[in-house]
Amino acid sequence: MIAEDDEKITELKTFMREAKTKEHPDSQLISILHKAQELYGYLSQDAMTEVAKEMNIPTAHIWGVATFYHYFNLKPKGKHSISVCLGTACYVKGAEEILNAIRGELKIDFGQTSTDNLFTLQEARCLGACGLAPVIMIDDKIYGSLTPKKALEIIKSYKK
Amino acid sequence: MISIFINDKPYKVEAGQTIMQAADKLGFHIPRLCYHPKLSIEGACRVCIVEVVGMRNYVASCAYPVSEGMKIYTNTEEIRRARRDIVELILDNHPEDCHTCERDGNCELQRLAFAMGIRKRHFEGEKKHYEKDLSSASVIRDPDKCILCGRCVRICSEIQKVNALGYAHRGFKTVVMPAYNMPFKDSVCTTCGQCINVCPTASFIEKNFTQELFQKLGDKSLIKVAQIAPSVRAAIGEAFALEPGRQLEKELTAALRKLGFDYVFDTQFSADLTIMEEASEFLERFQGKGKLPMITSCSSAWMKCLEQFYPDLIGNVSTCKSPMSMASALIKSYFAKKINADPKKILSVACMCCTAKKYEALRPELMVDGMQATDIVVTTRELAWMIKSAGIDLLHIKGEDFDHPLGYSSGAGTIFGVTGGVMEAAIRTAYELYTGETLLDIEIQDIRGFKGIKEGKLVIDGKEIRVAVAHGLGNANEILNTIRKDPQRYHFVEIMGCPGGCIGGGGQPYAGSNSLPLDEECLKKRAEALYGLDRNKTIRRSHENPDVQRLYKEFLGRPLSAMSHKLLHTHYSPKYPPGIIPAELSAK
Repeated sequence: MIAEDDEKITELKTFMREAKTKEHPDSQLISILHKAQELYGYLSQDAMTEVAKEMNIPTAHIWGVATFYHYFNLKPKGKHSISVCLGTACYVKGAEEILNAIRGELKIDFGQTSTDNLFTLQEARCLGACGLAPVIMIDDKIYGSLTPKKALEIIKSYKK
Repeated sequence: MISIFINDKPYKVEAGQTIMQAADKLGFHIPRLCYHPKLSIEGACRVCIVEVVGMRNYVASCAYPVSEGMKIYTNTEEIRRARRDIVELILDNHPEDCHTCERDGNCELQRLAFAMGIRKRHFEGEKKHYEKDLSSASVIRDPDKCILCGRCVRICSEIQKVNALGYAHRGFKTVVMPAYNMPFKDSVCTTCGQCINVCPTASFIEKNFTQELFQKLGDKSLIKVAQIAPSVRAAIGEAFALEPGRQLEKELTAALRKLGFDYVFDTQFSADLTIMEEASEFLERFQGKGKLPMITSCSSAWMKCLEQFYPDLIGNVSTCKSPMSMASALIKSYFAKKINADPKKILSVACMCCTAKKYEALRPELMVDGMQATDIVVTTRELAWMIKSAGIDLLHIKGEDFDHPLGYSSGAGTIFGVTGGVMEAAIRTAYELYTGETLLDIEIQDIRGFKGIKEGKLVIDGKEIRVAVAHGLGNANEILNTIRKDPQRYHFVEIMGCPGGCIGGGGQPYAGSNSLPLDEECLKKRAEALYGLDRNKTIRRSHENPDVQRLYKEFLGRPLSAMSHKLLHTHYSPKYPPGIIPAELSAK
């Protein structure tokens, strides 16, 4: 359950009350879910239930929208997001080996979060740093010219 | 009127309808799957495509309006082939297990494949592999069999306004499921079973108890007792290919004895008893002791709906148990005593038109002396299957009468199965209990029929009583909103969870090959079967039932006595998760 005094829920509720003054409040659902994800990092059941109550939209419908769009995360994200570039340049320079090394180290696949909640693994299609291939991006920082060993060392540095 | 051509022949049709509607009236049955006349148009399956001259592509006739001069072809070689391909593509990821499937023989997809002339599968698609949701007491959800026609989603949101189901994910991975993919039992599902009625395949089916029941019927240490709901006798014939409207009360009684039941009782007896308690409760409330309007409590789906969607109105609902649970409570107390038996040795089985009764039977607050009062609930469909499976010739069997002391009923108990029936029965008795005079005009036409919401007025001893009746949880929503806004508007309200009342229950026989699920003509005939039974009875008022009178004399004392309260009344409490009804829909 979300606590009543949670600042984020207050902000979300304010946002929803505003949405309700618009002409077709039910068509505001996607923007409300965006707001919820922006606030919490993902769409929790509790957050969706709050939206359902405030907007008078059945939870089954909200669940349908939340699962339809890949943009919405239904699980909490890790503290850091690791994007492994699988674009053509990175791929031919050995991105798959980097990816396998990271998968093995963190025991997660794309879209999943490590058990210590530190890392979420994502797939990227060209980060525009082909000259540095193969690259990964952690949060908003690019690391290039990687080998599996280097990649794991970088990840290790984020664990501290 | 406008002119159109169908297959080169000219016709005059009303403007403003779809091609399918116009064609239906002219005797062209365009094949269809996701379409249902009571639901919004989805256009999901594309089976009903036709050729319209001048259009680039074939159009879905369920969704496309007719226009002046339109030239339509419904049955060209190309259309037939395209339609057959569409059905084949639906089949290509459908499990190939027809002969072991619950819906074998009455599956709409199977019928359609046959009608399309599909004798060979040309496409082999990826199959779906999901776990069945077995968590609900009443309804099983099997996504592997789902063809995404969306009828279940639409009936749940549009007719029932429960919104337990929605589409989740996308593309090939789309699945119809409750919110958050939670187990059905933890959702807002009211267990009404209307999704089962409209599902063309076996994606929704009832939780089946036939094997367990067959096994228990073979147990010689048990005393096997059955009760039959009014609507079962009005519809079971349809499962034996009879036209709707023939009641088989006596044949069913005989068949149940042949199945191995020692005693066969009638839920209509306890319906009479419900009226005694409910009419007395109403009169108490009417005289200032309790909340008005009073709302009926017979329908199990409505009771679960109340607890999740309308907890603020719990105080308005009668404390009477449903007729099934009243009968079961008496079977394990009064009747057990009468035959000098240990109630633990009694197997109490209810044959119901309802899937929600399976849920009701498990409610802990309905236990009697620590025992579950109703041990097994089987639907009309399950019962029909058992009768066939046991080799009993229901249609040619010699009819038999119910057993005493819980088998005799008045006409008032019979009409419980139809929307408005409980109210009519209650009025017949309340009038006499209050005034001491007999109500002569007992067929109350204002509250008969299939209008969503019916209102009536009667004068008892110079006082006006305003009543209302709703069937289907969507119509109920409208009445309940009215009550929230204007509590003085009605004194007494009947609510039934299913369209048409129990005769349209979620456990009734599947529609035959020439019919549609929940076809109103079929419901009318089932209703007429019950009204016919009522008319042919000499005793048509619950309080005149001699067995009910004896029960009060020997055991209960009087209506609303301490004993009545112990055995025949219950209570309700808010349940989680709370239901949400979108304002947009309720305004319609």
